[in-house]
This record gives sequence, C-alpha cells and structure tokens, in this order.
Amino acid sequence: MTQATTHVQSDSGVRVAVRRRRKKLTFDKVSFMAVFLGLPLVIYLVFVISPFVQAIYYSMTSWSGFDNSMPFVGLDNYVKLFNDSIFMISVRNSIVLAIFLPVVTVILALVLATLVTIGGSSRGQIKGLKGAGFYRIVSFFPYVIPAVVIGIIWSQIYDPSSGLLNGFLTGIGLGGFESFPWLGDARTAMIASMVVIVWGFVGFYMILFIAAIKGIPAETFEAARIDGAGRFRTATTITIPLIRDNIQTAYVYMGILALDAFVYMSVLNSGGGPENSTLVMSQKLFTTAFSKGQFGLACAMGVVLAAITLIFSALVFLVNRITGGSQDVSE
Amino acid sequence: MSINLKNRAPAAGDSYTRKATEPRGDRIVAGVSHTMLGLWSVMVLVPLAWTVMSSFKTTKEIFASPFSLPKVWQFQNYANAWSTAGIGNYFLNTVIVVGCALIIVMVLGAMCAYVLARYVFPGHRVVYYLMLAGLTFPIFLAIVPLFFILKNMGLLNTLPGLIIVYVAFALPFTVFFLFAFFKALPGEIGEAAQIDGAGEWRTFFQVMLPMAKPGLASVAIFNFLGLWNQYLIPVAINTETHNWVLSQGIVAFAGQQGYAVDFGQLFAGAVIVVVPVMIAYIVFQRQLQGSVSAGTMK
Repeated sequence: MTQATTHVQSDSGVRVAVRRRRKKLTFDKVSFMAVFLGLPLVIYLVFVISPFVQAIYYSMTSWSGFDNSMPFVGLDNYVKLFNDSIFMISVRNSIVLAIFLPVVTVILALVLATLVTIGGSSRGQIKGLKGAGFYRIVSFFPYVIPAVVIGIIWSQIYDPSSGLLNGFLTGIGLGGFESFPWLGDARTAMIASMVVIVWGFVGFYMILFIAAIKGIPAETFEAARIDGAGRFRTATTITIPLIRDNIQTAYVYMGILALDAFVYMSVLNSGGGPENSTLVMSQKLFTTAFSKGQFGLACAMGVVLAAITLIFSALVFLVNRITGGSQDVSE
Repeated sequence: MSINLKNRAPAAGDSYTRKATEPRGDRIVAGVSHTMLGLWSVMVLVPLAWTVMSSFKTTKEIFASPFSLPKVWQFQNYANAWSTAGIGNYFLNTVIVVGCALIIVMVLGAMCAYVLARYVFPGHRVVYYLMLAGLTFPIFLAIVPLFFILKNMGLLNTLPGLIIVYVAFALPFTVFFLFAFFKALPGEIGEAAQIDGAGEWRTFFQVMLPMAKPGLASVAIFNFLGLWNQYLIPVAINTETHNWVLSQGIVAFAGQQGYAVDFGQLFAGAVIVVVPVMIAYIVFQRQLQGSVSAGTMK
C-alpha cells in the first residue's frame, strides 16, 4: 500500500491526485475489505472456530443433546473417561498409530524419493532416475483414491477365503494362510490396518519430498560430489538436513492423520476389531455421540484427542529443535 | 554402494573417458533403485488392477479364485451398481456438493488470502492464527457442536448445509496455500493496475486473480480430492439416505453386503467412486507444472 505512493510520484500529476484519495476510506475500499475479509471469516468463525470453543464447554456438561438442559458437571466427564477401560484401549491404539505410522511412512517416502532423485547417472549433470515420471505418477495414485474405497479394497484383499493376499500366500506355498483372517485376528488386525494407511500415504509424501529435493540447488550436490561424497553420503548429509523442515511438516501431518484414522479403521473393522484391537479414539467418540447420544462425554473425548494432537505436534517440534533443526521461526 | 562411489567419484579426470559406458556403480545403483521402485509400483498397481478386474466378475467367480479372469465381462455390474445400489443418485449429490463447495471455497479463500497477503490491518495476526488453529485441531473436536449448529439453523441433513461446512473446513488450507502464493506475486502489477484507475475489486478480479491461476489450480485439485473423499463430515451431519454422497453410499453398500450379495457390484461401485478423481488427477498433472512466472509472462 505504502509502496504505491512512491511509485506514483514518478507518474503524471493528475494520477497523483487520484492516488492520494486512496488513503481515505472510499466505498470501494470499505466494501472490498468487508466482503473479502468479512465473508470468509464469518463462515469460518461460525462453522469451525465456534464449534471448537463450544466443544470445550460441552465437555464439562452431562448434556444428552435431546433437551436444552446442560447440567454443568465440571471435570466429571474426564474422570469417567480415564476410568473407562475401553476408552483407554482406544487411546492406547491411537497413540500406537501416532508413533508408528509417521516413522514408517516418512522413512519409506524418503527412501523412495531419494532413489527417484539421485539414482541417476553420476556423470555430468545431477539427474534423476530414468522413468522417474512414471514412478511419480503411479506412487500418487493411492492418495487420490478416496479413503473409504481404500478401506473397502483392502478389506477385500484381506478377505480370508477369496482375498488377494491369502490367494497369493497359498500360491507361493504358504498353505497355512489359506483362510487366515488378517483383520479378524487380534494379533494381526492392527498391523494389517497400519499397512493400509501407509500404503495410502507413502506416495503423497514421496512426491512432497521429491519436490523439496528438487528445490535444493544443483550446485550443492555438485560440490558434494566433487568433494568425493557418494550417493549414500549425499543423501544422509546433504539431502536430509536440507529438507529437514519438510520432513518435520510431513511427520506432524502424518501424526495428526494417524490420531484421526477414523475412516480407515471404521471401514476395515467397523466395530473396533477383534478384542477392540483396532478401536481408535475417533471411532469411540463417534459412537458415543451419535449412537449413544452422550454428547457431553463425546466432547470430552474430543478435547482429549485435541490435547494429544497438540502434545504430539509440540513434541515433534521440540525434538527437531533439540537435535539441531533450523533456528528459523519465520515459516 | 557408497564405498564403491567414493573411490570412483574423485577420479573424475574423465574429460576424455566421458563417452565411455556408464560406470558400473551407476548401473548397480540404477538397478537397485529400479527394483525397489518397481516393487513399490507393483504394490500400488496390483490392488487397483485386481479391483478393476473383480468389478467385471460375478460373485461366484470372485469366490472361486481371486486371480482368474472373468469368463464373461460383466458390464452390467456397473449398471446395477449405478441404479439398484443407488450409486447414481449419490454420484449426483456428490457432484453438486463438491462442485458448489469448490467454487465457493476457491473464491472466498482467494479473497481472504489476498487481503491477508497484501494489506496490513489491525487483527491481521489474529486471523492468521485462527486459520492455523483450524488446520491443527482435529475435526472431531468440532463435530458434536457442529451437528447442533446446523440443526439450529435448519441446515442439518441438507445439501446446502453440507456445502457450507465443506467450505468452512477447506478454507484454512486454501488460505494458507494461496497466502504464500499472493505474497510471491510481484506487487508492482497490482499497483500498475491501480495507477491505471482500477479499483480494489477490479484489481483483484481482473489482474491479481488471473495471475494466481497456477496456484489456484493446485489448491483446487487438492480441495477437489479432499472434498470428494470426505467421509466423516457427511456421515455425521448428512444422514438422510437420499442426500448421501458417494463415500457414504459405498460404505453402506459394503456394510450391508454380508456374504449374500453381489461383490462384483461392490467392486464396480468402488471403481465408479474412483474414476472422477483419477481423471481429475491425470488431467491436472500437467496443469500443476505451470509456475508463477508462466502466469505473469503472458
């Protein structure tokens, strides 16, 4: 805004007079700000921010939602939750997901992204692997597919009798898996579900990392090569430190997603799986609210979920900072 | 492989050996890379190909063997899924809801991001952090109060209600992405437009917005995928069967199946849900290559 006037000085005198008026609140400017900022903000405040705030209040009532009475019960709901063994199982399962999913997904995505970008010839210009375009397009497919469809496809793949997985395993001679219920056995249900989520997201983060690696100036790689660094060294001492912030972002996003996991878990095992082995907090919250009508209690679960999400993000930032991540706070 | 290369790389006095065949290390690395990436591609493609193949089989064939090709290609699986299973109706609902929400969120998001990026006003930071909060907090925290907000407004179980909630929840991502984009656009062009006498509105719609096309395209595709794939919001606030969107329809279809009904149809339904997003992705794949400079050079 202020720069506008400096530019204007060099322009004709008439224009300057016109420009000067912009400093006052013209109808043009007022209507512009009101619509451009006001309209999106109102929608956002009503449908996103206000529910967040209300949820915190509701979590301290024993509201059932069917009448307007909201008896204030303080922290009773939270006490109830921590004594509810099934809810605690769901908390544990969600935390397990938040620990393993980001690690596995980010590492796999990093490895694949590295292979695509610096797998090419070590002579001449730094270049990617041949056929990198194909791998990139294919890898992104699972991200494009709706989560519900991924869930449905994989529950068919895991199907004990007619599924692809057992068909393949018996095909290569492992007869013991002929009708093994991957999603129906408490020992394997969680791992099988995690495989599905990893499958769905590796490609997305791989593309993200490829873009980040391509953003590193080629000179940096060339300098490393001249100094005698091999590909492995380059990857561990050049690429990873330079895209550290991207890795952190990916890690946080994947963790937030793992703490949700609602769609995958409810499609793969709608009831929470054998012995509640795949029951996650979001599923528990959903049934508590919309099947049992315990809205106050459900909101308390939401608050716990939000708190865990924030703690998770804070931990990732903290660890990144302690281990020497960039000191730059601006982004 | 690193050791191998370490010995090799400094010996780069290769001004005259340059035309020689690729070094052995390169070939090994390329081989290993292709093997791993190939394996990954197979892992991605096989389940998808299997789904498409199964969508043409009868349930009997699916139970008989997961690998066999269909004896007769059952195209009517698609017709049945479309009409009897109601996928057609859900498809229409999804197109309406996602289409409207996408247009609205792109316009509002671009406007909001533009103001945030180019003007300083009191409360600027507050707006920024509110948007950040929307990106960080889980939707689940909001879902119960949201249900009652819509109920009180009479928008529960209606398509407009679903559209406005989609818009609201897609807004923070849209604003953040476009914020960075508008920040990067050369401000001089906007100033030039104003010097030429364009008001704020005109500057935005005729000058800045067209310049932001590449950014808008990438945000739009991400929003399209996200909204098309949305499941939690509709399943909580859009429970009337005739208003269902595709994701709800296909889950209900899979859920009620049991072992008695048509799995071929289920696979066909899954393919129908995926096709639009696949097309969008493949079409926009090119569009995404466009850069900021491409927008200003015209």
